[in-house]
Amino acid sequence: MADQSIALMAHLMRRAGFGAPYAELETRAAKGYEATVEELLHPETQPELDNDIMLRYKTEWVNKNALEGQQEEWVFRMINTKRPLEEKIALFWHGILCTGHAKSENPRQQNVEFDMFRHKGMGSFHNLLMELAVDPAMVHYLDNCMSHKGAINENWGRELLELFSLGVGMDGKLNYSEDDVKEAARAFTGWTVVNAVPRYPYGRYLSKFVYNPKDHDDSVKTFLGETGNWNGEDIINIIVKQPAAARFVSRHLYNFFVADEPQVPAWQHTAPQDPEAIKMLEAEYFRSNYDIRSMLRVLFNSDFFKNARFAKVKSPVETVVGTTRLVGDFTFPKPGFNALALTIRYMGQDLLNPPTVEGWHTGKEWIDSGTLVERINFTADQVGNVNLPGVRDILARLRAEGPTLSPERLVDGCLDLLGGYKLAEETRSELVTLARNGGELQTGAADFSQRAAQMLQSIVATTEYLFA
Amino acid sequence: MASNTKDPVLVVLQLSGGNDGLNTVIPYSNPLYYDNRPKVGIPEDQVLAINDSIGFHPAMGPMKKLYDEGKLAVIQGIGYPKPSRSHFRSMDIWHTCEPTKVGDEGWLGRALRDLDPNKDNVLTGVNFGRGLPRALAAPGVPVASVGSLETYGVLTGIEAEDQRTMALETFTRTYEPMLGKGPVLSYFAQTGLDALQGADILSTALEGYSSSVKYGNDDVAQYMKNIVQTHLANLGTRVLYTTAPYNSFDTHAGQLANHTRLWTQTSSAIAAFYDDLKEHNATDNVVLLVFTEFGRRVHDNGSGTDHGAGGCAFVIGDAVKGGLYAEYPSLEAGKLLEGDLHFNNDFRGLYATLLERWMGLDSKPIVGGTFEQLDFL
Repeated sequence: MADQSIALMAHLMRRAGFGAPYAELETRAAKGYEATVEELLHPETQPELDNDIMLRYKTEWVNKNALEGQQEEWVFRMINTKRPLEEKIALFWHGILCTGHAKSENPRQQNVEFDMFRHKGMGSFHNLLMELAVDPAMVHYLDNCMSHKGAINENWGRELLELFSLGVGMDGKLNYSEDDVKEAARAFTGWTVVNAVPRYPYGRYLSKFVYNPKDHDDSVKTFLGETGNWNGEDIINIIVKQPAAARFVSRHLYNFFVADEPQVPAWQHTAPQDPEAIKMLEAEYFRSNYDIRSMLRVLFNSDFFKNARFAKVKSPVETVVGTTRLVGDFTFPKPGFNALALTIRYMGQDLLNPPTVEGWHTGKEWIDSGTLVERINFTADQVGNVNLPGVRDILARLRAEGPTLSPERLVDGCLDLLGGYKLAEETRSELVTLARNGGELQTGAADFSQRAAQMLQSIVATTEYLFA
Repeated sequence: MASNTKDPVLVVLQLSGGNDGLNTVIPYSNPLYYDNRPKVGIPEDQVLAINDSIGFHPAMGPMKKLYDEGKLAVIQGIGYPKPSRSHFRSMDIWHTCEPTKVGDEGWLGRALRDLDPNKDNVLTGVNFGRGLPRALAAPGVPVASVGSLETYGVLTGIEAEDQRTMALETFTRTYEPMLGKGPVLSYFAQTGLDALQGADILSTALEGYSSSVKYGNDDVAQYMKNIVQTHLANLGTRVLYTTAPYNSFDTHAGQLANHTRLWTQTSSAIAAFYDDLKEHNATDNVVLLVFTEFGRRVHDNGSGTDHGAGGCAFVIGDAVKGGLYAEYPSLEAGKLLEGDLHFNNDFRGLYATLLERWMGLDSKPIVGGTFEQLDFL
């Protein structure tokens, strides 16, 4: 059953989406890898999510007023969408171009930004930054509405350069100076929002971007060595041309979709682990006129991607949503959405609410003695529940192999059905011993479900399973 | 190792976001303060004066009380050369004592390694909150990171006793071979094994705790309470850490209201922490450090303040000689650093003071050099 094309498809779906149960992997593998990549890159070819029934049960999702409600709704979307890459790219940008609920306090407004990420997140990076600069949640989050002619607030100017487009430095050189930060801030004066209607008593209203020319500093500015009477759009035009912007986008795409890199502040001092891959992506950035979709096409079809199996530590979202998709749960209204969303928070990723504008620490840093315990406990509970449809399907496929299973075949079968996982020799050997200790595995016996589920639990508790 | 409640214990409260030192320890008699803070300056009559030139923010009543009792040391003008105004970078610098390169070992991780080199006690260091601050991270050093003291444990969903035992045995036997398989896998494996051991011990921490002290409902107050509970459980913990979440001290806008709320909550949490220890006769061997990653710009931006450089830190405890330490930085235009307060003492000197004079450790390898210490201990 070790079908290489299914294992490759499992890898693609884990990265471009949130994983898939075996039946879905079979269907997609039959369609073909490149064809699947194209389908993922064009979410508009797949139906929109139908959540009418959910909205009848979860009425708080309708007005999008509550943080946890919006976390729940996004988790529901990620589990049930037919457009996995659309949700994944929204998650990608949310973790980089951050707004956070702790300050924004307007989930409804943040959702406007997330919809922009869904629909524009694979378009041109230039357009994305332009949309971001006029997004009311972002204008408020980074205080650009408090930045005035003659009295600038540097927050947006700084983070635009440091965290959203260039990064502090590259190849041993700084990418911008403190003066550039101040000039960028000056260029964006006047880019503000109308006063939001207060939250009480009717709930959160949406704000609107408005350009106030009277508050705009229209004097000459020098930014990244170019001098002119710059306004905000000019700053963005100058930014996207920079080699540092190509590096920024390429490195982030690599870090999120291919393999864990060190944390972002190290990037100014640390070369990419695969410089050739980054060069390919940078070249595509310029060739395609800053088009993220084109860069992703190069990425997903590359050997460096296909060979990067289990090179990323799963994020909390990927852990929870991936497991839930696998076991086939939360496809329909039922109690427990809130607890599910909170589980992601307890694993260290509070959707809509990254700890700072710098986003989450990813990769190995998702794991510490607290979050590791959360992951193991959650995942084991899910795959150990033989009543869930996805688990029943796994058990049925194992039974279909024959009246008995060898201990090795139980372990390997579970690994295949979970999505083509591989274990270190010692780990596999321990699990084979565990399977053997229970005596002969008869697929028709009353205890088969429990023994197979126990094997699934032991697999998901391993260190290997932490990786995607 | 038998635990000894009289071993010195260090508690650290991290104020994330860059607490505005100038509005925390206020130079109210200096006209330059008001010149530079037309919108965000605290009126002189609201300042809680501690002498005729400096006072605390009005929301810091409980801190002023500790100061008057001689238990609060104010470290003025603290920072490091070539300050970074990036949250991420500056906090990393405070955590790793590496101002010029990216470090991945924390000062407290190293301290824990010195305190418990044979890893006799996986609970020598405990963090309360989500994720492990880099300050506590060092290869091979177990640190429990507890999001919720009430529910911390491994594979707690497997209810059948014998099944759970078998699962935990398998868990241990699959994790042990990963030690030594490269840094990432070793880290995961060690983390798992230590978590298992720590969870077993911590499950007893809440038994037998009772107190008349009321804590606030905010995260900081609740975690300070967990810190007291863990300390009183006598598990041999020597370093306890927690963080004010969400970069809450990053007061770019609306500072007057936000900063007031923050210090009301923080002062109250610190007071409850100290009072709770006192109720249990446990104040003599605990010292609390309160720090932030940078101060903020001297001139306000109309509603708040932007990232700056030199700031302030606090050290609290019975063992502390209260008072003002180092110097208040000058606000004169010619003496500022790109519009920010200069530092006059390096934070590594503060750490060295705590490490040597409180924890009894050699500070040089931990902070990476010799830095002038302060005499609050």
